Amino acid sequence: MSRIEAEVGKPKGGLMKWIDDRFPFTKTMKYHVTEYYASKNFNFWYVFGVLAMVVLVLQLVTGIFLTMNYKPSAEEAFASVEYIMRDVEWGWLIRYMHSTGASFFFIVVYLHMYRAMLYGSYKKPRELIWIIGMLIFLVLMAEAFAGYLLPWGQMSYWGAQVIISLFGAIPAIGDSLVEYIRGDYSISDITLNRFFALHVIALPLALIGLVFVHIVALHEVGSNNPDGIEIKKLKGADGVPLDGVAFHPYHTSKDLVAIIVFLMIFSAVVFFAPEMGGYFLEHANFEPANLRATPEHIAPVWYFTPFYAILRAVPDKLWGFILFGTSVILPLFLPWLDRSRVKSIRYRGSLYKSALALFTVSFVALGWLGMQPPDGVYVVVARLCAVVYFAFFLLMPYYTSIDKTKPVPERVVYHG
Amino acid sequence: MADLNRGFLKGVGMKIVEVVLLVSCIAWTGAHAAVEVDLERANIDRSNINSLQRGARNFMNYCSGCHSAKYVRFNTIGKYLELSDEQLIDNLMFNAEKTFETINVSMRPQDAERWFGTAPPDLSLMARAKGADYVYSFLKGFYVDPKSPTGVDNSVLAGTSMPNVLWELQGYQRATYSEHQETDAEGQPVTIIDHFAGFEPITTGTMDAKDFDEFVRDTTNFLSYIAEPIRADRRKLGVWVLMYLIFFWIIARMLKKQIWKDVK
Repeated sequence: MSRIEAEVGKPKGGLMKWIDDRFPFTKTMKYHVTEYYASKNFNFWYVFGVLAMVVLVLQLVTGIFLTMNYKPSAEEAFASVEYIMRDVEWGWLIRYMHSTGASFFFIVVYLHMYRAMLYGSYKKPRELIWIIGMLIFLVLMAEAFAGYLLPWGQMSYWGAQVIISLFGAIPAIGDSLVEYIRGDYSISDITLNRFFALHVIALPLALIGLVFVHIVALHEVGSNNPDGIEIKKLKGADGVPLDGVAFHPYHTSKDLVAIIVFLMIFSAVVFFAPEMGGYFLEHANFEPANLRATPEHIAPVWYFTPFYAILRAVPDKLWGFILFGTSVILPLFLPWLDRSRVKSIRYRGSLYKSALALFTVSFVALGWLGMQPPDGVYVVVARLCAVVYFAFFLLMPYYTSIDKTKPVPERVVYHG
Repeated sequence: MADLNRGFLKGVGMKIVEVVLLVSCIAWTGAHAAVEVDLERANIDRSNINSLQRGARNFMNYCSGCHSAKYVRFNTIGKYLELSDEQLIDNLMFNAEKTFETINVSMRPQDAERWFGTAPPDLSLMARAKGADYVYSFLKGFYVDPKSPTGVDNSVLAGTSMPNVLWELQGYQRATYSEHQETDAEGQPVTIIDHFAGFEPITTGTMDAKDFDEFVRDTTNFLSYIAEPIRADRRKLGVWVLMYLIFFWIIARMLKKQIWKDVK
């Protein structure tokens, strides 16, 4: 009997045995799939992790096919996108899937992160999963930003111009840093080429690596659940958590339903509203980049607008940039800012619930404000929302430690 | 050329960056002002093949002399507009030989820039960038302005360098404004212009107002079609995709229920 059979116990023959003697296939499948136990009471909020994986795969596959016909040159980029849209067989579908996928990536990732905030999934022992997740979010933002330049439309060009020039606010090194990022004195063919390299190789590679360790870390400690209870504490005689069910076939069959519902919504956008009223594909981006004519209205795509609104709410350029950066990074510290004894919103007190509600309203409001002109009452409201945003994080150690929590039950709440 | 560009950018590039935020703020208010000009509804029907055919004829006769639609192939149009290769060659292809060619313009961009101040833009995607209502209102929005080098200005795009190419059909019109009288500091009556109120014809064209509206609507419809020729295809396919997903969803739900029935 070979070493692996001794460990796994079940004698096998044929191809499977041949592989398992050389590669931990069965072992890995068991550890991560058929004998990975996650709580049976996952709700709606727990589908966004797998949906993010689905979108990642969609983006990678459609991206590969786009790359076959796209030309990363200032002279040809815009025309090559139109070539894909009009002359390449099924090119329009691939391109719309990719452009819609970009927005949906952020929709599912924002909801995935919000789930963690609802149920305290970032709390001990899942701090590292959260940190890796935040890194994924940062890389995703860079990936989306680089990708948005590639069609070389008016908004690609001027959006990049505005955002990159923000780094110029940094004292002393600002101007050289901006030049270093662009590789030129303004956004040019050189910038387009390097953004292409970042978008199709460097950042996706980082993304895949981070997603891999995100899942490895998750499977090491196990998934959280809507009750915030560690299901591993109560195990049956067989060593299986009493409230856990195997990832496959239980959660896979449940996720499949969620994936199909997701694909329905996704397809509805791809086939019936790929521009999504100018939110997913901005109208000005149907005009080729023209460095002599600024578009009427420069606004980043919707998924950057909450942070963009914070940037604009600050009258000072440098402080605007600092607060913009801080607002993106702050959630990283949630595991240590949150002093509550319970994880889930179900057992938290009214203080945290109110704080989270205020945060939610202000974040959504900031997203909307980031698309509006920066004048009059909009700026005042944006400042107010920015204060709420920062207060939610910075006051968290205080209000979570004095909050009146409810007792957490032994077992998860499940109504079969 | 590249060096020249570099030199130009070196001098102006840094300045550009500095003023971008400022410019965008100003432009923002501008965009807001532009929205206040009410666009007339184009009411196009992209499934109306006859309208699209007339629009293609109008486009080739009145627009394509100066404007290209360089991403649009004649045979793509022919397929959707139900026109044979012969019909395309005889009626639409004035400066093209083969039906797979795109709609190009004979005028050189350098000449165009010298004549008009700016090269007439490519129209492949114009209706998508600006919206059908914009195109419709723009084409109807030329009015006499003696101060303009072309003799006309436009209510949608003020200061446009495009002449009113449809004047023969529409006739000339002047802009009217709503205004009211006030007395100034010295007690003299002055006329204050409030806002743009509409047009009134000066001369009649070869078409009456209703026919001209139809003419512009057909042209707008065609421009809207060429901006996204696959629009009809994607909507048709979308119905099938959604039907398949609904079917798949029912199966997946049954599977999930079966697998979960023992979980207590």
